[in-house]
Amino acid sequence: MDLIFEGLREAIRKIATLDPALREAALRTLQVSGTATLVSLVIGVPAGVALALSRFRGRTFVVSLVNTGMGLPPVVVGLFVMILLWRSGPLGGLGLLYTPTAMIVAQSLIAIPLVTGLSLAAVQALPPRLLLQVRALGATPVQCAGILAREAQLPILAALMAGFGAVVSEVGASLMVGGNIRGSTRVLTTATVLEAGKGNFAGAIALGIVLLALAYSINVVLTRLQQRSRP
Amino acid sequence: MTTPAPARSPIRSIAAPALETRDLVVRRDGAFRLEVARLAVGAGRTLAVLGVNGAGKSTLLEVLALLRSPDSGVVCVHGEAARGPAARRRLRLRLGLALQDPFLLRGKVIDNVALPLRLRGVAAAEARRRAVAWLDRLGVAGLAERRATQVSGGEARRVSLARALAADPDVLLLDEPFAALDPPTHDGLLRDFRDALDARTAVILVTHDRVEAQTIADEVAILHAGRILQWGPAPEVFARPADPTVASIVGNGRPPEAPALPIGT
Repeated sequence: MDLIFEGLREAIRKIATLDPALREAALRTLQVSGTATLVSLVIGVPAGVALALSRFRGRTFVVSLVNTGMGLPPVVVGLFVMILLWRSGPLGGLGLLYTPTAMIVAQSLIAIPLVTGLSLAAVQALPPRLLLQVRALGATPVQCAGILAREAQLPILAALMAGFGAVVSEVGASLMVGGNIRGSTRVLTTATVLEAGKGNFAGAIALGIVLLALAYSINVVLTRLQQRSRP
Repeated sequence: MTTPAPARSPIRSIAAPALETRDLVVRRDGAFRLEVARLAVGAGRTLAVLGVNGAGKSTLLEVLALLRSPDSGVVCVHGEAARGPAARRRLRLRLGLALQDPFLLRGKVIDNVALPLRLRGVAAAEARRRAVAWLDRLGVAGLAERRATQVSGGEARRVSLARALAADPDVLLLDEPFAALDPPTHDGLLRDFRDALDARTAVILVTHDRVEAQTIADEVAILHAGRILQWGPAPEVFARPADPTVASIVGNGRPPEAPALPIGT
């Protein structure tokens, strides 16, 4: 038990004194995972809405692909991005491996299918005759998509929360393509793995608490946004 | 309310009907869902398509509203055939649609009514002005700034009708927009709706409610199992049903040589 109480006390001290390493990792987490969530908003929501409204050959195949992507293992994404960005790899010339940008790319690839799949489900859950009504008002297909996305804004915000939750908590991809470099690519999850591995449980617990607090505050903001728009 | 209402200013156009179908066929899973040789409504006239559940009313309305393309045949708006996606989309802008579920969208009531105008490129201020005028014609101008999700069922129907009429459609298509309301609300809505209509607007109403069809329509078409069994002036169809099936649907009268039929309820 001492281990836990010691850890907690040390953790609180680190948080209270705004320990520089801790602050650094927290801000990096916010930057990387926040950007990846924004990317998934810009790509995933329109893709999900479009997929929900379109009819084409092979649509079922694409939808299954997206649904599979919703459970993409971060290490697999990490490996894939790593190979792409490897010095002798196809995008090696960009020199992005072990940078925050590489982590954003990897986390976006994790979040996009999740946000796409949940946005798709959100729009498909709308009454089918609502789409008829909106088309009958004179909306073009693009205008239809916009209007229906607005109607499904509550579950779409839930999709974004799920996307953020997935990337802020993943460690495999960040570790592989970021490298856990102090002051550059060290985020809360990778730092936790490192500290725990060193037996520094106090440091690990502090990081864990900050990670939870961060996820909680982002979700409070999104939830307020969501519940404000409740009919 | 059993006497047919007098027709609204019967402007008879010598030109093509406001909406007309030719040899419509809609299949589903290989079977015929709908086979309608011809149906038409002139400007200023109201046609009620009367049928029981499953007769194909909603499918027919979707085809007439140019929201679903028939497997063969064509729908014409003022003589112009809706062939191909581009023509359908363009002609759709001349139609209005209100369903039994009002489907008001998020936002204010006035935004809902202004939406069809905005989608047709009308400037915001002008769209709002016209939206308020339509809300006023349907007796709900006071709701303009309310959130659409917070109006009552009867009010929502009025808003939905105002929205369907907002862009001055040539043809207004209605799928039981007066159904499932309490009698006073129903009668008040029907009355205000008739008063709100422009003399030139053609109306097609699909319904299973024979009293409503009789009250509102100049002409009645009886739809059964995807086919039109009888189509004519409302008083005639109600007084002289062409066969026992029609008689059971219109619920009164008897076909000339049929034996006594149980009167439908």
